[in-house]
Amino acid sequence: MPTQATPQAEPDRVTITLTVNGKPRSLALEPWTTLLDLLREELGLTGTKKGCDHGQCGACTVLLDGRRVNSCLALAVMQDGASVTTIEGLAAADGTLHPMQTAFIEQDAFQCGYCTPGQICSAIALLEEDHAQNPDEIRELMSGNICRCGAYPNIVAAIEQVMASGGEPAP
Amino acid sequence: MNRFTYARPADLAGALREIARDPGARFIAGGTNLVDLMKYDVERPTRLVDVTRLPGLDAIEETAAGGLRIGALVSNTAIAYDARIGRRYPLLASAVLAGASPQLRNAASTGGNLLQRTRCYYFYDAATPCNKREPGSGCPAIGGVNRIHAILGTSEHCIATHPSDMCVALAALEAVVQVAGPGGERAIPFAEFHRLPGDHPERDTTLCQDEIITAVELPPEGFAEHHTYLKLRDRLSYAFALVSVAAALELDGGRIARARIALGGVAHKPWRMPEAEAALAGQPAEAASFALAADRLLAGAQGHGHNDFKIDLARRAILRALSQAAAGTPQSQTDKRIR
Repeated sequence: MPTQATPQAEPDRVTITLTVNGKPRSLALEPWTTLLDLLREELGLTGTKKGCDHGQCGACTVLLDGRRVNSCLALAVMQDGASVTTIEGLAAADGTLHPMQTAFIEQDAFQCGYCTPGQICSAIALLEEDHAQNPDEIRELMSGNICRCGAYPNIVAAIEQVMASGGEPAP
Repeated sequence: MNRFTYARPADLAGALREIARDPGARFIAGGTNLVDLMKYDVERPTRLVDVTRLPGLDAIEETAAGGLRIGALVSNTAIAYDARIGRRYPLLASAVLAGASPQLRNAASTGGNLLQRTRCYYFYDAATPCNKREPGSGCPAIGGVNRIHAILGTSEHCIATHPSDMCVALAALEAVVQVAGPGGERAIPFAEFHRLPGDHPERDTTLCQDEIITAVELPPEGFAEHHTYLKLRDRLSYAFALVSVAAALELDGGRIARARIALGGVAHKPWRMPEAEAALAGQPAEAASFALAADRLLAGAQGHGHNDFKIDLARRAILRALSQAAAGTPQSQTDKRIR
């Protein structure tokens, strides 16, 4: 005789609050959900890319409380109370692009574009950190973002362009 | 990734209780290594105990002895750019900046850096045998693909290397690891924290499963005048060391008063040989002395085929690092030209 199905309260889920691109959210999560999978699969924010999924390529870079991190290696439940900014959260409300987005377009800093959201988030954090003063330092401190198309010279040029214009604080 | 439960204790005592009641539980802080290993099914914890909110572990503070105490939750980035560390322990800041990427350094904790697992291909591939992952299953790296493997201190069971850059500097600086456990606190000298594989390659360190790292203490002497961290790898950034050298010297005129040399990428732990360092004392700070030190450090080095090149590479790296340290011209981690 089949036993009556009892609705389970999903005991493994953990409830957290997370501000995503300025919008507060309450989320009940499986503990093994990475921040990357939460953004892409549950919140529909597919601008953040899954490249290697092992912290080796930087395509998943987001700003977590203003700091750049690999969202593929961050468990979402551990980010309770944090604020996340993804590529979707960079433009102003009226659609005006972030200066780093504009610079990537003006300098032709991408080819296929798959690494670009991570590159842009990483570059914005780089300027905030203020440890890079020249192209050598930009290259070294952008080394966590791999571009298989090899658009590196133009990526460095885009970052230099924003740097020269006085930069813009990360949102 | 396997299914697991999640706990976020409010204090150290709570964290120790959580870990004690489940032998399958693991602490997690930055997660940059543990989550990666979980995705490969190399680590399969039943419960993760999130220690990132534990109070009092995220500061860099002066010690009564005149050194610095780095809390276990201090990020690698915070170490790299701390003004006191930059001024008094530039060797440590340099080694941290030689490792990983800015994203990983932002997430990675001090305690977690010490507990990084090897990047041996076979350890990472759950489809192959590995004595470190599955004791008694064998070591395919011996006689297999072993270009990145150890040349010193290996055993017939394991030829894996320890991957951290930061730990190579901490070894040279003779840091002390502060640990808390059910029996209270204890201090582990850095040289005794990581272990050689021997008959138990599954054990990387002397830390017990129910213990937690609370801090790393730096002694007062930071060798700020004469030091270098020289890292050689397959690409210029964002790659593990094939060979690295942390060198620190105290000079008296043209002679060496005191020397510290630690090697990375060559053994199951940061490799030091106090006899080789002691033999440098009183010697002129010049190539002939450095060559003798390199000979001593690498006595007994053994290649396993693909990694035979590491013996000569390590020798040259030691010579270059000691000359950089003696000249007071540490290796830049930005301009990668080796001078």
